[in-house]
Amino acid sequence: MTAGGPTSSERLQRLLALVPYVISRRVVGLAETAAAFRVNERELVDDLNLLWCVELRNPDPYCPIDLSYEGGEIVISQAEQMDRPLRLGVDEASALLVALRMLAEIGESGSVPGLADSSALSRAIAKLEAAAGEAAAPSAQVAVQVDQQAERNVLAKLRDALDSGRRVHLSYYVPGRDEATERDVDPMRLLVVEGHTYLEGWCHRAEAVRIFRLDRVLDIETLPVAAEVPQQAEPVDVDQGLFRPAPGDLRVALELSPRGRWVTEYYPCERVQDLGDGRLRVTLRTPDGGWVRRLALGLGEDGRLIEPAELADAVRADAAAALAHYAVPADPRGPKG
Amino acid sequence: MSRRKTERLLSLVVCLLSSQRYLTATQIRAAVPGYPESFEAFKRMFERDKEELRELGIPLEMGTNGALEEEPGYRIPRQAYVLPDIRLEPDEAAVLALAARVWQRAELAGAAAGALLKLRAAGVEAEETRQPGIEPRLQTGEAAFGRLWEAVRDRRPVTFRYRAAGRSQAERRELEPWGVVNRRGRWYVAGHDRARQAVRVFRLSRIEGRAEFSGPPGSVKVPDGADVREVVRAWDDWTPTRQSALLRVRAGAGLGIRRRATRQEPGPDGWDLVEVPFAEVGWFSEHLASFGPDVVVREPADLRDAVITRLKGALT
Repeated sequence: MTAGGPTSSERLQRLLALVPYVISRRVVGLAETAAAFRVNERELVDDLNLLWCVELRNPDPYCPIDLSYEGGEIVISQAEQMDRPLRLGVDEASALLVALRMLAEIGESGSVPGLADSSALSRAIAKLEAAAGEAAAPSAQVAVQVDQQAERNVLAKLRDALDSGRRVHLSYYVPGRDEATERDVDPMRLLVVEGHTYLEGWCHRAEAVRIFRLDRVLDIETLPVAAEVPQQAEPVDVDQGLFRPAPGDLRVALELSPRGRWVTEYYPCERVQDLGDGRLRVTLRTPDGGWVRRLALGLGEDGRLIEPAELADAVRADAAAALAHYAVPADPRGPKG
Repeated sequence: MSRRKTERLLSLVVCLLSSQRYLTATQIRAAVPGYPESFEAFKRMFERDKEELRELGIPLEMGTNGALEEEPGYRIPRQAYVLPDIRLEPDEAAVLALAARVWQRAELAGAAAGALLKLRAAGVEAEETRQPGIEPRLQTGEAAFGRLWEAVRDRRPVTFRYRAAGRSQAERRELEPWGVVNRRGRWYVAGHDRARQAVRVFRLSRIEGRAEFSGPPGSVKVPDGADVREVVRAWDDWTPTRQSALLRVRAGAGLGIRRRATRQEPGPDGWDLVEVPFAEVGWFSEHLASFGPDVVVREPADLRDAVITRLKGALT
């Protein structure tokens, strides 16, 4: 929907789908239909009135569509040739097929949790390809690769736990502290976002919903305990982003050389400033100072930590201490060059 | 005013769908209310209306009803218009509903929702009966995605400014795109690089500014059997781990390194000897440097030097 309401094109699409929607169901409620079409009931009634008012001249004027929505139930008694929806367009067919194939790939090494029969995916794909005809062809040029090789053992156990409703015990690696933490978790969902797979679950240690990146799970054990996700457990709103900035977060400023630019591709940066010659100044937010130190150490001369100042000092101290082990004089030359 | 246009377009569709014969512009004007009096104004409006219908994917056909008829007419053939019969089992419909959400905030989200709506209009009840066990999402944060998808879909060559990894300048590139691939959460485009006369892969996040079409639809020929997934995988894949590093790791620290170790020997001085396989000095030296004073590289020498260089670079 564009600001200020749908364009006549968008509305036309909706109207062309509305007639067959009702006809295929014989009778259908206003509320249910409005929900399916993502409009409110007033807009739906507007649509129905518009359909009813459509006029052609043959040469005498007549109304090709006859309908009623008395008592909140829509019935279409007459609809000429509009009883079937328009075929799928290329973008429409492609969007669904690419997504279905991505799901199929996720399901390859085992069933998708919550999906009893994994052949549902291949059947759905086949039927959609048949229904889309030529419109399906360009979808072959878009592919989503889901790489879950590294964590396939963890995944297998998690799927079992999810399907049988049981608690798991995780040994989970936290990079910022270079530590393993032990937690009992009641699994809620798997999230596959930005190429990583996460377990979303109720963590008994934190007494809160947490997400765990599967490639950081060192060990997992299914417990002979039923999972009991509490009522108040709110699933993560995946579309708002998995990592939202929080009030306590550090604001970090980094200067990146051309070889350090990858940081902007891997971490959400609040601000990116072009310094010329391929250099960037970026700011990002994180709760995890340990992670920043490790990032800066690894970047070396490709990234310079500017803020917070205490962390920048800590990084220099770490680097000097590390170099001391090599019996290499740690000679801070000041600005490079 | 939008409502009037919607009404007119709807009448136009019904009129052309219902007619077995081709209808001339004059006949259409007589049958469909809402067109202006002036013939010129009508022609202009009718041209725009036809374009709108075509953009919606409505198969508007032009033709004549017989050899004797001079003036071309229009119609919408029903069998080209309608979505073919599709019947889905409940589990098939459920995966469709899940699939439609995958693009949620990404470029093709509207298209996915539109597809689902049409399927529902065909009688499919695509609802999920219970909370799904999985939420997969595709992001298209890269600004170039929209254009490149269109280029791939319509087989058009593109030009764009591209900054290869680590380069200080961006360069203009021209590509005959074969397909786009999402790998590890990132989008890539693969195709024939016109200047270099070879297959190339580009990471969409390194495209700067807008990608522009440099040719009409259909002007790109994708070679038979071209597998963009394989092309991108080969270009991006980690090299197999062939080397082995010998490290001293402080006791109780360096868990992130020990995870991948093939051998660990506790030492007497609070340092353990750890052997870790690795593929590439560049990435591995970055990984090791990040552990700061908890790790010391013994071998190989090039890895050791690379780590020392990084640590020195972190001093300033």
